Amino acid sequence: MSLIASDIQVSLGRKQILHGVSVEARAGEITAIVGPNGSGKTTLMRSLTGELACRGAVTLNGHDIAALSPEELARRRAVLPQAAALSFPFTVAEVVRIGVEARGERADALVPAALGAVDLPGFSGRLYQELSGGEQQRVQLARVLAQVWQPLDADGPRWLMLDEPVSSLDIAHQLTVMRLAADYARAGGGVVAVMHDLNLTALFAQKLVLMSGGRVLCQGRPDEVLTDEALSSAYGCRLRVNAVPDSGIWVLPHAAA
Amino acid sequence: MVAATPDLRPGRLEGDRSHRARRLGLFLALLLAVVAVISLGWGASGTSLARALSDLLAGRELAVQDRVVLLDIRLPRVLMGIFVGASLAVSGAVMQGLFRNPLADPGIVGVSSGASLGAILAIVLGGALPGWVAAFFGWYLVPVAAFAGGWLTTMALYRIATRRGRTSVATMLLAGIALAAIMGALAGLAILRANDRELRDLTFWGLGSLAGANWPKLLAGAPIMALALLYAPWLARGLNALALGEAAAGHVGIRVQKVKNRAILTVAAATGAAVAVSGGIGFVGIVVPHLLRLASGPDHRWLLVNSALLGAVTLLLADMVSRTVIAPAELPIGIVTAVMGGPFFLWILLRNRGVLDL
Repeated sequence: MSLIASDIQVSLGRKQILHGVSVEARAGEITAIVGPNGSGKTTLMRSLTGELACRGAVTLNGHDIAALSPEELARRRAVLPQAAALSFPFTVAEVVRIGVEARGERADALVPAALGAVDLPGFSGRLYQELSGGEQQRVQLARVLAQVWQPLDADGPRWLMLDEPVSSLDIAHQLTVMRLAADYARAGGGVVAVMHDLNLTALFAQKLVLMSGGRVLCQGRPDEVLTDEALSSAYGCRLRVNAVPDSGIWVLPHAAA
Repeated sequence: MVAATPDLRPGRLEGDRSHRARRLGLFLALLLAVVAVISLGWGASGTSLARALSDLLAGRELAVQDRVVLLDIRLPRVLMGIFVGASLAVSGAVMQGLFRNPLADPGIVGVSSGASLGAILAIVLGGALPGWVAAFFGWYLVPVAAFAGGWLTTMALYRIATRRGRTSVATMLLAGIALAAIMGALAGLAILRANDRELRDLTFWGLGSLAGANWPKLLAGAPIMALALLYAPWLARGLNALALGEAAAGHVGIRVQKVKNRAILTVAAATGAAVAVSGGIGFVGIVVPHLLRLASGPDHRWLLVNSALLGAVTLLLADMVSRTVIAPAELPIGIVTAVMGGPFFLWILLRNRGVLDL
């Protein structure tokens, strides 16, 4: 079962953002979308989630997502947005269960479990707006997780789609979140994440999609994608990929590039 | 904001305020019943509810004066107060959920002006309509026109203030001022060409207040308000998800466009009908939902129901004040709610300075 985009083209206004992008993400793996600012990562993510109408086709577990209703889509995949503003003084518990209650189910038992998974035990009574940025991001992740809590159900694998899930987290919580994603994938679910930190990505992702200028420069296993030439060409600066014992790949900038 | 007090009873989720909201709703329902009864017995004439009840219990006929005062003057007025207060408060709560901002209110952003314009046009141009149209709408002409005016204004406002799924509060407030000015000018034009009889109708209508409440008016306005009030709770889950932003609401399975359209229709119906029967009564829509969010949180499943109850209570109390302070004359109820609500609105603004992205 997989999430497949075939020849996606997206234009916003007159500017074409994605030029015929094809990617495949398999359940049971973390697929990371990487690339420089403005390379089309978030636009690709928004096309994959069904938020943005695009030319080309996106299929989720074999279903064309354009043909799925919002409710059906919400059962199969949950989306962590990049920015997470909340307009009213909800408590953490109330935020975490919004996604489940939107389809008319009760979520009270899930709330403590989801909060535990993002290392925020005991936060359910706190007001969301009084938390730090990193805590808010983890509450949003708990909400997303609660929406598709079981990685596998009768319809097949469910999907976590995370747009920069670790962008405002400290290093310990970056690991918490990436381990959580890895556990979800190991249990049979699918994970697609837009990432900036190449080294963290190399540690956790089984597949990388390197974007540049609205196109896929290359995709494949980390050791196939993370090469000096590919990275230097995508990011426009000289980067060196090193092999580090025990942890695998390590990307370093040249000091005086 | 008031933090939730930890609740240590077993099996209860901390941060879940639905129990508190439910108890509050029960209390408000009781309070509404009490206030409605007091309001029924409250007035300038010597008619007392207790005497009327004792007459009835003793099997005596009600005195004619008592019956007229209670059944034809006070009862429609109390019912009107309940419907109008509930409609104004629920309109405010829905609109705040839709715009994702606690300062959105039909009165502030010009929706009431649009509804007023609709009502004025109906009164002034109503005579020029073909006979069958006037006959078809009957007493409903003014409420329906007010609904249409409120609906068009809300739609225009939402279109103007929303770009790429984000609603700008500054644009919304400024556009509301502009729209209200345009509506005011058009209303002025309409009034200029009114004849004497229409002018008298307009004056009575424009006085606001529940003083003109009677059965025909109530029967024309109440069904529209009742529909909007009964439908509003169905918007609750959608409005809760909208608090996450439009994109995220879509991701959790909400049909965002549908929720928005229906929220706009609900606000227009409730505000339009309320304005049509009682003129402009401000601030109920902003004060009531805000107090309830402080007391039991912003979950719309409770907020909308409790807003209806507290809105009704608030308007009945304001009406009692308006009937009493300068008795035997009456202070228009709009003045009472403005005197109480204006400072409250400023207080919200001052407290939220820095939080609001104006």
